[in-house]
Amino acid sequence: MCLGVPGRVVEVDDLIAVVDFWGVKRRVRLDIVDQPVAPGDYVLNHVGFAIRRIPPEDIATTLSLYEQLLQGNDADLMAADVASEIHGTRV
Amino acid sequence: MALEFRDPVRANALVAAIARTVAQIGRTVSVMHVCGSHEQAIARFGLRASFPANLNVIMGPGCPVCITDQPEIDEAVALAQAGVHIATYGDMVRVPGTAGSLADAQARGARVHTVYSVAQAVDLARGTSEQVVFFATGFETTAVATAAVVLAGVPDNFSVLSAHKYIPPVMEIVAEMPDSRVEGFLAAGHAATITGSAVFERFVQRHQVPVVVAGFEPLDILAALARLAELIRQRTPIVVNMFPRCVTEAGNTRAQTQLWQVFQTIGGRWRGIAHVPNGNLRLRDDWAHLDARRRFTIDTAALWDHAPSTFVRQCICGNIMAGIASPSDCPLFGGACVPDTPVGACMVSTEGACRIWHEYGGVPQLGGVSCPLS
Repeated sequence: MCLGVPGRVVEVDDLIAVVDFWGVKRRVRLDIVDQPVAPGDYVLNHVGFAIRRIPPEDIATTLSLYEQLLQGNDADLMAADVASEIHGTRV
Repeated sequence: MALEFRDPVRANALVAAIARTVAQIGRTVSVMHVCGSHEQAIARFGLRASFPANLNVIMGPGCPVCITDQPEIDEAVALAQAGVHIATYGDMVRVPGTAGSLADAQARGARVHTVYSVAQAVDLARGTSEQVVFFATGFETTAVATAAVVLAGVPDNFSVLSAHKYIPPVMEIVAEMPDSRVEGFLAAGHAATITGSAVFERFVQRHQVPVVVAGFEPLDILAALARLAELIRQRTPIVVNMFPRCVTEAGNTRAQTQLWQVFQTIGGRWRGIAHVPNGNLRLRDDWAHLDARRRFTIDTAALWDHAPSTFVRQCICGNIMAGIASPSDCPLFGGACVPDTPVGACMVSTEGACRIWHEYGGVPQLGGVSCPLS
């Protein structure tokens, strides 16, 4: 899946973050993200790894696409891919 | 410039700009994207209905599940049947190899585990003394995750069967195909977050074909296509980053470093495309001890006494993935081949062209994918 999914960092413990994706909390690895990540930051997640810390000025624009997908029809393939990334592993 | 979501005024302006530019070019124009999520967005938001009739936006080999070739699936199936735990990403489990899929092997008692992250596969290995092989599929954006766990340390009973692929070389192959009319490419935004937009510079120089890096909202895609059409009209073969909120020129060098510490490129087959030089990622010799191909003797020949069904012979997934046919060209599409009973990989994966077209009820007007008249 090409599409990374954004989430809000809740906790950071060394190379593992707890990230909140619209209420679903997941462990996300920080091994490959190229900026320091702190609680309150938003990261783009791909297969359980943060690939980018989203700059604060871009957060709202980034979230808006996903919000529309998640509110829509569950059978939608794009929404299904996003949902499967979110629900992959729970904390 | 921020692109607001669901802004019909802006969308209409972009659609008009695309139509104007293509009309000025004065012939059929074909561009290719290489990202399953782009195809999903295009289909979901009905973007093809808004394109002019002589603009073809083709999905190329950008579905990582679909382009994993039968011999690679056979390796995983053979290992599963030999008693090894196989962990892999979801859609891979249903893709048919030469003699069935991992799901078929699982139905016969093999231990096949679906994971959402390679880290889960490592956890699985930590919880058992038995051998666990991670069947590693996906492009370079996904390969960095595999590299990260390898560098972080894995238990001795864990190994990697790498079927990872590297996208930039396949763009070269498509650009060189004799019946290719592709004049420009859209690059996947989140993959470019890792690789950087500069990764396409060499390709653009060699083939004199523009590349525009695009995001995933309908306005992102329309804006990128408008720009790409303009670059084609002006005959300006450059790389343009239309997704600056996620992509920089250099990309994520921390991730790139880890990727190339663990993996090297070698030539290999992609399903439907005979040979892609430097298109496959394999573990470097430093990591031989974690390479499933070196840890195990994988006997795939034993699988091949299963004759392929007649349906498989009619499957044209290869041509679809190379961008020279569309799902509706396939005699099996929507009949013998549907999501519940897929014949080819393109129908299995949520990122496969056939699955996407089937889900969204087909495409109103593709404008003819193969060999448009000039």
